Amino acid sequence: MAEPNLLILAGGVFAILAVASLIGFILKRTISWRKPHAVIDNLNARIKAWWVLVALMLIAFLFGKTGVVLLFAFASFTALREFMTLTPTRRGDHYALAASFFVFLPAQYALVLADQYGIYSVLIPVYAFLALPIIAAFRAETARYMERVAQVQWGLMICVFCLSHVPAILNLDIPGFEGGNLLLITFLIIVVQASDVLQYVCGKLFGRRKVAPNLSPSKTWEGLIGGVGLATLLGGGLWWLTPFTPLVALAMAALIAIMGFFGGLVMSAIKRDRGVKDWGQMIEGHGGVLDRIDSLVFAAPIFFHLTRFFFSVS
Amino acid sequence: MSDFPPAASGFLVDATTTALILAARVATGVRAEWQGCDPTTHRRIYYANHVSHGDFVLLWSVLPPALRRVTRPVAAADYWRATRMRRYIAEEVFRAVLIERTRTEETPDPIALMADALSGGASLILFPEGTRNTGDERLLPFKSGIYRLAEKRPEIECVPVWIDNLNRVLPKGEIVPVPLLCTVTFGAPVKLGEGEEKQAFLDRARAALLATAPTNGENHKDG
Repeated sequence: MAEPNLLILAGGVFAILAVASLIGFILKRTISWRKPHAVIDNLNARIKAWWVLVALMLIAFLFGKTGVVLLFAFASFTALREFMTLTPTRRGDHYALAASFFVFLPAQYALVLADQYGIYSVLIPVYAFLALPIIAAFRAETARYMERVAQVQWGLMICVFCLSHVPAILNLDIPGFEGGNLLLITFLIIVVQASDVLQYVCGKLFGRRKVAPNLSPSKTWEGLIGGVGLATLLGGGLWWLTPFTPLVALAMAALIAIMGFFGGLVMSAIKRDRGVKDWGQMIEGHGGVLDRIDSLVFAAPIFFHLTRFFFSVS
Repeated sequence: MSDFPPAASGFLVDATTTALILAARVATGVRAEWQGCDPTTHRRIYYANHVSHGDFVLLWSVLPPALRRVTRPVAAADYWRATRMRRYIAEEVFRAVLIERTRTEETPDPIALMADALSGGASLILFPEGTRNTGDERLLPFKSGIYRLAEKRPEIECVPVWIDNLNRVLPKGEIVPVPLLCTVTFGAPVKLGEGEEKQAFLDRARAALLATAPTNGENHKDG
């Protein structure tokens, strides 16, 4: 049942992107032909990047579990390097950083691939959280020790642990839904990203009152309510992809969209603290990888665990 | 542009070049920011902050190929002639202008060597701090070499280049690099003014380099 549904979805996503590209082209043509226009040009860059991101996802899906795990391992690597680049670590953190990149990141994804829930669910919050302060202590640099350890740990938590819960969805064992887990990942990603896009669109069209002016000028109540509301309805409408009833799908979608919004808010707070607008420059129009996946990072573990608790037998 | 040294060619040299550039890009995701000037093939003196042996490799790797072919780093002869591998890379791949740090009767005048390289049509990469900066100071005081070179070739622009974060990728004494993102920022060129005093020029050049550093660079400071 997975294959035809996935094809329908891909077709739907491509149709939406095609419409978006057309709108972007028309806007450019009518409003700002031959002249730079910050909003329209950014919109078109974003749409172009979406084509690439969707194509990457589809290619990963073709390679099954290994493809999905590798794609997210790569996303984690880029996100972690963006995070650590903007984190004021000191020379004494060098081994702790090296261990994060070369030991914990690959180990986490290898364990997800090997379906070892018992260990991948605690590798970072338990083992890395104990090992990293020990490694840092060995370097005997005490200046701002507590702060530095916390920053490295949290970077690993957000960029590796949380994100690895997206491919981990493939490990869930849901009776009557065998072979459909790729669709569950698609459901999560579509709802999270649609919520982001719809918040952006609603915010641009109707945004007046800012939710947290000190954190992010682009997050408005109108954007939040419109984006999360529409994404929830979309998620409910996609219930046929999931093992959920329409009502449960609606509730799950609401939760995912809200967690996604909070993810964006928290990551904005960190960026504000670091004095930057974007985490990186890797994706034109979006900023860094972390700018694109911040909402997914917060939604994924919650979605994974709720689904596991209520629907999975493993 | 006149023809300076035996132009880099041959399969081995090309392969080494590609491998080094690829390694630099993968390890650091390096990005070039042409902030104060554009990449052109005019002869220039690129002068940069010095925190790692990899500095000039990184700077060199972000130059467009046409510029890279005519740009030669100035490096310490004792370090780069120490092993066959280094010697090959310095002489064949980078075509570095190698300078003896300990002067004797026979050692050629380093400023004359650099000026000759410029006359030969090359651009240069210089590290005016003279040594790798491993301390807390953002930028060490400049040695006088860049002034004496500018005195000989006052028509040539000196472009400040800030190499950010490489000190965190591989701090001195470490073996394993951490793959953090690096940027190489090209600032607004300075030229020696008519009758400008040595210290005034060195201060001005140093200030121009500091002004090129990214503003959130405080976070990147190691140590």
